[in-house]
Amino acid sequence: MQPLNRVDGGAIPLGLKNVDTDIIIPAKWLKTISREGLGAGAFETLRAEPGNVIDDPAYAGAPILIAGDNFGCGSSREHAAWALGDLGIRVVIAPSFSDIFSGNAVKNGILPVVLPQDAVDRLMDIARQGEPITVDLETLTVTTPYQDRFAFTLDPFRRDCLLNGLDEIDLTMARDAAIGAFETTRTSDQPWLMRGTAI
Amino acid sequence: MSKDVAITPNPMDAIMASRPRTLYEKIWDAHVVETRDDGTALIYIDRHLVHEVTSPQAFEALRVAGRPVRRPELTLAVPDHNLPTTPRRDANGAILPIADPQSAAQLAALEVNAPAFGIRYIPATAKEQGIVHVVGPEQGFSLPGTTIVCGDSHTACHGGMGALAFGIGTSEVEHVLATQTLLLQQSKSMEVRVNGDLGPGVTAKDLIMHIIGQIGAAGGSGYVIEYRGAVFERMSIEQRLTVCNMSIEAGARAGLIAPDAVTFAYLKGRPMAPAGADWDAAVAYWRTLHTDDGAAFDKSVVIDAATVEPSVTWGTSPEDVVAIGGRVPDPQDFADESKRVAVRKSLDYMGLTPGTAMTDVPIENVFIGSCTNSRIEDLRAAAAVLKGRHKADNVLWAIVVPGSGLVKAQAEDEGLDRIFTAAGFEWREPGCSACLGMNPDKVPPGERCASTSNRNFVGRQGPGARTHLVSPAMAAAAAVTGRLADVRLLGVTSNP
Repeated sequence: MQPLNRVDGGAIPLGLKNVDTDIIIPAKWLKTISREGLGAGAFETLRAEPGNVIDDPAYAGAPILIAGDNFGCGSSREHAAWALGDLGIRVVIAPSFSDIFSGNAVKNGILPVVLPQDAVDRLMDIARQGEPITVDLETLTVTTPYQDRFAFTLDPFRRDCLLNGLDEIDLTMARDAAIGAFETTRTSDQPWLMRGTAI
Repeated sequence: MSKDVAITPNPMDAIMASRPRTLYEKIWDAHVVETRDDGTALIYIDRHLVHEVTSPQAFEALRVAGRPVRRPELTLAVPDHNLPTTPRRDANGAILPIADPQSAAQLAALEVNAPAFGIRYIPATAKEQGIVHVVGPEQGFSLPGTTIVCGDSHTACHGGMGALAFGIGTSEVEHVLATQTLLLQQSKSMEVRVNGDLGPGVTAKDLIMHIIGQIGAAGGSGYVIEYRGAVFERMSIEQRLTVCNMSIEAGARAGLIAPDAVTFAYLKGRPMAPAGADWDAAVAYWRTLHTDDGAAFDKSVVIDAATVEPSVTWGTSPEDVVAIGGRVPDPQDFADESKRVAVRKSLDYMGLTPGTAMTDVPIENVFIGSCTNSRIEDLRAAAAVLKGRHKADNVLWAIVVPGSGLVKAQAEDEGLDRIFTAAGFEWREPGCSACLGMNPDKVPPGERCASTSNRNFVGRQGPGARTHLVSPAMAAAAAVTGRLADVRLLGVTSNP
């Protein structure tokens, strides 16, 4: 995973509430067996509308997306994170995120930043003016050229993974002995739980 | 990241066992392999369901890394999302090819990946095939007190069995395949307590839609919900699965109903359920799985069952719920500006005018199916309304998609298929179908569908499709009348 320390740049002021993962990437794009190239399908329905904010040249190349409450709700499809990553998005700022989406985002090097609605509204204004926004994961702050400074929190494990580009599977593979010990106890105490399909 | 971040065994175990705990805490505690000092826990996963859409990239990554599946017997693979619901064999019994090359490639990948990694695979042509969330409980693979995951958000469904079940992304699918664990933060707990009885003609689907309308699409974010109250104790497993299935539509990753005698009776004798002495040991354990008196929830919501009416959605979020006797809302009725904007956009997409009575909304399509409502009781409820009736002329397309081959066979034994076909419905093969339209079953642009599925998102049932979520009985009532309708006014008194 590509580490993320500080992201500096333009932001797309999407601003909608309850942006579900079907909106981020419609189901027909899920038929792929690859993680690549999903940016082409990102926000397909929204982008069919003339003058939509995603394709607005004013925000071309912006690494930040600003949205409303409950961003990424609905389907667990990680394709939503892959699609945003393929669009070049490294940070999404919103008042709240769905639990599954925020986990998927972090695993793909995308930082979900939770800020209160008034801070999000202010950043939407800054973004619309075409001014850059700085998101610093080291200091857990979002700042603007107008001296705005918003602090956010992120659970320390996720922050560590993003800052250092850590892969969760590698971390867990290193805990093989602990998992093995758990399985040994389980197999002895509740063998029926460990049989699964092997009845 | 040092190697000694973890504490094993957890010294809190003895203390935690002695204080009152919620059902969620009990299941969580029983699955903690170790806790990191940053609070993240390594949680053991007992059951993993795999389907063709969210697994190919995970299997490919394992292959590239040269990693095996740690516990293949704890994983069950079933194709469901892409499968056409038309016949799977020709008149001579030969397997028919899948027309869409992308769907075919994805299905073929699972068919290769599952056996290559030693995982039990139920093929599309087997009578046990179906939607993962129907198959898991039906096979006795989903058990009370287990942790169950699947690369599908409606995994919350299995909470109806008393399991801690939640949807995961593809990276987590890979994590579970490789390690049989996940790194998780414990969620907060929410109690949704329903007091009293549901009125006649009001179903589990109506109740969960009402609950989502009350707490909102983000109301459960960060929480695991436990549904409590006599209403849930009286529900069948099918009804409990319907309730827990839609927890994710309220933002909760998981929903739970405590296992009880109804759960045990449902499971006994299922192919993958424990048997003999194992059964007795399992039931003894399952009986401990309830929220202790005095256990504290982080949040409680109380609902009076008597206020719940047959429910229907008017917008493009599952929180856009109104009683069937209600009207399309006016954006001005909402206090929150962002919601007013969302409502305007929703009504524009849905082609609805504020103030319209919901029962004046005509529909052109009816879909009975999905992991929410495709089990035998759902089909019985719809058939009870349709018996001796026919769909209205303006209903152009009406299909029933049973949740599994076993549900389909049972429905045929009961004669339900003939009731559906006599009423003008198409009787299909099992799969996810028009719930999300990854297969050929889609609602045409601009047309409405009375759907027993779980999401009314923009484009969910096909580009431009307009979805109204309802219960199976209400979908049948809509088919018969050609508009959204109150099933209670159709005079249905018994099952067929």
